[in-house]
Amino acid sequence: MLLIACPWCGEREELEFHYGGQAHVGYPANPEGLTDSEWAEYLFVRDNPKGLFAERWSHAAGCRRWFNLIRHTVTHQILAVQSNRPVAAGQPKPVIP
Amino acid sequence: MTAENLPTLHALRRSPIGHLTDVLAEHSAAGRRSVRLREVPFLAQLDLQLHQHGSAAFDRIASALGEPLPTTPNTAVEAGDLRVLWLGPQEWLLIGPDGSAPATADLLRAALGDEPGSLVDVSANRTTLELAGPAARQVLEKGCALDLHPRSFGPGRCAQTLLSKVGVILHQVDAEPTYRLLVRGSFAQYLADWLLDAMVLL
Repeated sequence: MLLIACPWCGEREELEFHYGGQAHVGYPANPEGLTDSEWAEYLFVRDNPKGLFAERWSHAAGCRRWFNLIRHTVTHQILAVQSNRPVAAGQPKPVIP
Repeated sequence: MTAENLPTLHALRRSPIGHLTDVLAEHSAAGRRSVRLREVPFLAQLDLQLHQHGSAAFDRIASALGEPLPTTPNTAVEAGDLRVLWLGPQEWLLIGPDGSAPATADLLRAALGDEPGSLVDVSANRTTLELAGPAARQVLEKGCALDLHPRSFGPGRCAQTLLSKVGVILHQVDAEPTYRLLVRGSFAQYLADWLLDAMVLL
């Protein structure tokens, strides 16, 4: 079981979270200009790296907020958590590799 | 629904585990290892969402309630007979005595004014189980992954989490400890049964 640090609630069990897939998948700038295969690529095809992966999670059983994190897909190590929570004065902002 | 019908309607209300009142009382033990379980039905619950913390409505609500809304995650404050629980960055749950929802809602709507926000009466969404006594923490620890030790969870703390796979809002009211578990009506019977079972062998 992963122990995921929700940006708001702190460390909670993976059971409380909902997985949202790859992060930073941008909506096509010109959707009507895409071919069917390009549109299918945008909708369904995601990276599947063996290594660091930026993904979206939602704290479904808690504060229900979405955030991003960087997870190593082999070791499950979580390297960074990124959210829109304001960073408290004096604290460094998280660095995303 | 008119005001003169209200007493009749109140007499018709049934709480999700109202039929278990006697069972809960029977299983509540006294003594050094005691733990007591009871339902606190029909508490008024209002869900408040604001656009952002710094808004004028936030300050007006603080002066209307006499206490600022808690902005530290997973904390609760008491304001008169209201308990205000942090549910999210811009979301709070206000819990008051039975029947207090309309008056509190009017107060908050006036304080909100024209600013964006939402206030919803969610009293019928959840019922409340109160677990109290020196051994209450051991009971919860059988099904809750949170660290409930006083060093990290004490009076005035709340959390939305899972207890025996059921989503609950857990609120520690005092240091005895007394916990209040807000659980959806359809899960209340299961959770009460689970708690009774967990209370048997401590």
